[in-house]
Amino acid sequence: MAMADNTSDLAPISQSVGMPMLHKVIFVALLAVLTVLPFLVYPVFAMKVMCFALFAAAFNLLLGFGGLLSFGHAAYFGGASYVAAHAAKVWGFTPELAVLTGTAAAAVLGLLIGALAIRRQGIYFAMVTLAFAQMVYFFALQAEFTGGEDGIQSVPRGDLFGLISLQDNIALYFFVLAVTFGGILFLYRIVHSPFGQVLKAIRENEPRAVSLGYQVNRYKLLVFVLSATFAGLAGATKSQVFQLASLTDVHWSMSGEVVLMTLLGGMGTIFGPLVGAAVIVTMQNYLATLGAWVTIIQGVIFVLGVLLFREGIVGVLARWLKRPL
Amino acid sequence: MFELLGIPPQVLMGQLLLGLINGSFYAVLSLGLAVIFGLLNIINFSHGAQYMLGGFVAWMLLTYFGIGYWWALILAPLVVGATGLVLERLALSKLYHLDHLYGLLLTFGVALIIQGLFRNYYGISGQPYQIPEILSGGQNLGFMFLPNYRAWVVVASVIVCFGTWFMIEKTRLGAYLRAATENPVLVGAFGINVPRMIMLTYAFGVGLAGFAGVLAAPIYSVNPNMGADLIIVVFAVVVIGGMGSIMGAILTGYGLGVIEGLTRVFYPEGSAVVIFVIMAIVLMIKPEGLFGRGA
Repeated sequence: MAMADNTSDLAPISQSVGMPMLHKVIFVALLAVLTVLPFLVYPVFAMKVMCFALFAAAFNLLLGFGGLLSFGHAAYFGGASYVAAHAAKVWGFTPELAVLTGTAAAAVLGLLIGALAIRRQGIYFAMVTLAFAQMVYFFALQAEFTGGEDGIQSVPRGDLFGLISLQDNIALYFFVLAVTFGGILFLYRIVHSPFGQVLKAIRENEPRAVSLGYQVNRYKLLVFVLSATFAGLAGATKSQVFQLASLTDVHWSMSGEVVLMTLLGGMGTIFGPLVGAAVIVTMQNYLATLGAWVTIIQGVIFVLGVLLFREGIVGVLARWLKRPL
Repeated sequence: MFELLGIPPQVLMGQLLLGLINGSFYAVLSLGLAVIFGLLNIINFSHGAQYMLGGFVAWMLLTYFGIGYWWALILAPLVVGATGLVLERLALSKLYHLDHLYGLLLTFGVALIIQGLFRNYYGISGQPYQIPEILSGGQNLGFMFLPNYRAWVVVASVIVCFGTWFMIEKTRLGAYLRAATENPVLVGAFGINVPRMIMLTYAFGVGLAGFAGVLAAPIYSVNPNMGADLIIVVFAVVVIGGMGSIMGAILTGYGLGVIEGLTRVFYPEGSAVVIFVIMAIVLMIKPEGLFGRGA
């Protein structure tokens, strides 16, 4: 491909000297906090936050950096969660293999849906991804292996690599920490690679990217598949934490939630989705007893976020600090 | 009577009718989406919630004020349309200079609020709504039994769809509307109040959704989630038809309803997803939609 020559022109913009100091400091501080966190709060809650942080970061790769609004990311999150739960429970896979199997399933699903969805743009793209995700939902509702309304329950936690038991919440916590933190670092790398630069170029001005000789659709498909894959990694990990895969994970409201997390935290920022996920999951946790009010509050955040707060929490911080975050 | 591929004609005709009724709702709802999209360039995600609102307003009129079906058929769309006016003025109009995706996100939030509020006060179990007396009962057509109300739904939706089509394609008001779709700045320069036209168009589009909600009230019980899943199917209908053409939206709506009904006869397991499968095929063959003009 002739693309390699072109990308080098764009590369120097952000590729100067690897990760900026500020980002390094934030990542190290984050890791330090996350290491002591399970001893301060309920570990399962912390694991839930981390899974959703990875999910939102994966979604943000597509929306914030690729400029593509998918309204069907629950399909990959939930689809991977079903496959991982099935692999662990029925096939007796060890946790890491179950998670990998679920992730691979999400990648395949992302490839199938992405190849069709990128044929449309803008709001049509959003509608197409939503419709396909609803198809996945109906499949999960009707198929044999997904257990319909019950989902796949009491998934065994198993032994990591066949050696380390994950029955203990703390052991599982560090497995989840490794997976999600690793995933987020990997996404960071993708955003700051030459590939990520081309994505930004396409997002900013697609006709120009085409005229520069980029095969825009290949980039779009690849970023779609990557985003679906990491969303799947998050979903597969979540199924191991809660020992459950259910219809909630594939429902359209889950697709909406990840959009909300990204919007609230700040789309197109590195740390925004993590903040957004932490805020939303915490809110759901504390307001769970209020029932439908959670939905209403989420709707209000959506409306206010779009009208008044489009940069998101981290977006505003970044503007104050005059640094990309 | 004849039998087709071993399917008794009662079953076939029954499902065809059911498909035609679903198609009526698809047509009215996708028509509303197309009208709104034409001028505002946004996808109205709260369309399903506004359809639900129409059903609930009809139910409230009857329960709290004793106002019957026929008045509700006029009043409920007006009420829903009025809420649309407010929404457009207070929120949507602030977003026209931004990426169209923000309109989608905003209306999604509005849908969550409306559905959440109704779920809070009325729970998820449905509220029954009586079929108006004059339309109860049905006709025995020899090969099948045709409930009067269902026939009325099809007739009413056809009247509304073609009325809307006529208004947009054949009247002066419609000509302004089509002109504003093509070039709002130029139309404004001719002295037409384009922002007001946009506001009224949005109100009209959601009023159509409210009308569909009233039509649906006696068939399906009125419940807060009645529009939530339906709207996703309507999105697929809109992708298949393409939103460039009013008549296209109407025909695609009825056509897909019938196809869905036929699928329920010949392959029941596939009926929930057949529209999505058709969408996938259309995306492969003609990505801009059957009646689309590129996008």
